Amino acid sequence: MSNKNTRGWRLLAMLLALAMMAAACGSDVTDAVDGATDAAGDAVDDATDAAGDAVDDATDAAGDAVDDAMGDDDAMAACEGMDDVTLQLQWFAQSQFAGYYAAVAEGFYEARCLNVTIEEGGVDIVPQQQLGSGAADYAISWVPKALGSRAEGIDIVNVAQIFQRSGTLQVSFKDSGISGPGDFSGKNIGSWGYGNEFELLAGAHKAGLDESADFTIVGQNFDMLALINGEIDAAQAMTYNEYAQVLETINPDTGELFTADDLTVIDWNEEGTAMLQDAIWADGTKLGDAAYDDQTTRFIAASMEGWMWCRDNADACVNHVLDAGSTLGATHQTWQLNEINKLIWPSAGGIGVMDQGLWDQTITVATGEGVLAEAPDAEAFTTQYADEAINLLGDSDTTGDSWSPVTVVLTEGGE
Amino acid sequence: MTSPSLDPIRFGKPAYIYRGLQQVGMILLGIALLVAMWEGYKAFGAWTDGTWPGTERELPVPSDNLNMPHSYDIVKQLFEPVTRRADETLFSFLFKSAWFTFKMAFLGFVIGTIVGLALAVVMLRSSWLERGLVPWINVSQTIPLIALAPLVVTWGRGSFLSDTQSVAVIAAYLTFFPVAVNGLAGLKSPDAQALELMRSFAAPWSKTLFKLRFPAARPYLFPAFRLAAALSVVGTIVGEISAGVKGGVGRVVLDYAGKYSTGPERLYGSILAAAALGLFVFGIITLAEKILMRGQVGGNA
Repeated sequence: MSNKNTRGWRLLAMLLALAMMAAACGSDVTDAVDGATDAAGDAVDDATDAAGDAVDDATDAAGDAVDDAMGDDDAMAACEGMDDVTLQLQWFAQSQFAGYYAAVAEGFYEARCLNVTIEEGGVDIVPQQQLGSGAADYAISWVPKALGSRAEGIDIVNVAQIFQRSGTLQVSFKDSGISGPGDFSGKNIGSWGYGNEFELLAGAHKAGLDESADFTIVGQNFDMLALINGEIDAAQAMTYNEYAQVLETINPDTGELFTADDLTVIDWNEEGTAMLQDAIWADGTKLGDAAYDDQTTRFIAASMEGWMWCRDNADACVNHVLDAGSTLGATHQTWQLNEINKLIWPSAGGIGVMDQGLWDQTITVATGEGVLAEAPDAEAFTTQYADEAINLLGDSDTTGDSWSPVTVVLTEGGE
Repeated sequence: MTSPSLDPIRFGKPAYIYRGLQQVGMILLGIALLVAMWEGYKAFGAWTDGTWPGTERELPVPSDNLNMPHSYDIVKQLFEPVTRRADETLFSFLFKSAWFTFKMAFLGFVIGTIVGLALAVVMLRSSWLERGLVPWINVSQTIPLIALAPLVVTWGRGSFLSDTQSVAVIAAYLTFFPVAVNGLAGLKSPDAQALELMRSFAAPWSKTLFKLRFPAARPYLFPAFRLAAALSVVGTIVGEISAGVKGGVGRVVLDYAGKYSTGPERLYGSILAAAALGLFVFGIITLAEKILMRGQVGGNA
């Protein structure tokens, strides 16, 4: 009996030890999170100092934008406490979201009395659901996807249309002879699915082709291996990500990187079936509440400052993005920011202001392809907050008419 | 010192070390075999130009360096920097990621074990509850994890749980099951004579539970713990990927999968890290079993 007795106690002691280790580990996780928050806080402080220094340099191109921010800072020296704001992204940290990271790092949010936390996306995290559930205050989402959620009853409103163009391409090798959607006939056409296929389907329908009879839609991973292996004839690719990945890959036949000359691209903006992508969405149930309205305007204004800063200080901006993820490649993210800038600038009506024509085109494609059963109501987007934000920004260059893209040379692996 | 008979106590220790060496040897042999098969397939593919010999039929997986990088390139990549601007090697980055994942998995394992044992005791106490709970416990494991994971994270954000704690809860959801099922079987395993002996001592139910039933359940519990430990790693990685939690090995795998064509060695490296983590938790449980089951015959149920 005594033997069994000690064994029983030993088992209990083991369990207790496990539980204590768990508690220790649990607090470890919390500590790590705390540490990260502190680090982020420090980074913001440093960045604010840096922004302050930059103001001194009146000849700096960024001077104007920062100047305005600091001007407001003076006006808001009596910040009556900071508003905590959570922004939900659609995916991991990358230059696609550079403007928001820069606005945190350069202190643009802080200058407008906002304490912004950026939540990265995950495979199953739907930004508009995070927004609807109250877990986030604002979310970045593509227009057709967000409108789908809105049609399902999540009251979200497009308050700033950041990207004015679609970044989706259909990429194929030159020898496949696909130069437009009309050439899809008899081919295997890759798509990520999950709502990413509608620009391409609309383009094909426009060319008189039908996916059930004339060509095959093939499910595609988020890498470009299927195209390189020849399993599909044309692959879906974002200008700022997957397209660059092809150019960062060694062509097994030549031992050199693939080049743009090896590829043909179909750009849905040119085909007239492009749909609007990244926009800032707000909680429709809270809009109209004075405090949330004011916070929304300030959030958009500071985000715009972030994007303008990234337009005018691309290299420094990429560094802020790289700081947000340890596996990000520098040349890939530099390429990505350049392509993102192309999607934003020029913004004819000012950054964030909806282009009615592109909205209408998005709705036409979405209803035509059955993404939406009917056109959304007039409250689905508003330019009120973007307009007010632009007013706050004074004479900053919110249209970016004079901006021109640079040429980024990609390296193997995008490092 | 030249005793004619082999003294089991004196020779016990070297035998133990010998067994340990044998085990390490087997693992190394396994790795060597795997590498040989991998490189062999590549060589075969290169020799036949990617087709089955004498046919036009392509091999199931292209054997070129993009689809199947050389094993030595994968190892080499582990000691290159994560990115060009970083000082950190991929190996140390993966190690840190695996440790981050381990902490969540461990928390999940502990929560799952406690919940599983509690369920087993409750079901042992009342056959009425057992009949009621068993179907639910079974149903719980048929719900796909990827459907549940984002819900748990969203609920967690709405309450007091951080994302990492939510991921631990997801891992616990997988781990409680084998513990509950095997735990119940183990608690029921003492034979009638032993139970009657306890009854004849007028031992209260709790005494019987801790002094007879739990010790008797150990051979049932350890296989469950081994399974639970592996599941806790799987659950954590799925949870990380699903919820977009940063810092763990699941996120790294997903990240490198998206960049596969530009660096296949990195993805294979991160998969190796996930596998090593699985082996590590398996090793911990085996060690715990060795310690707790010392002197018992027939360690496995």
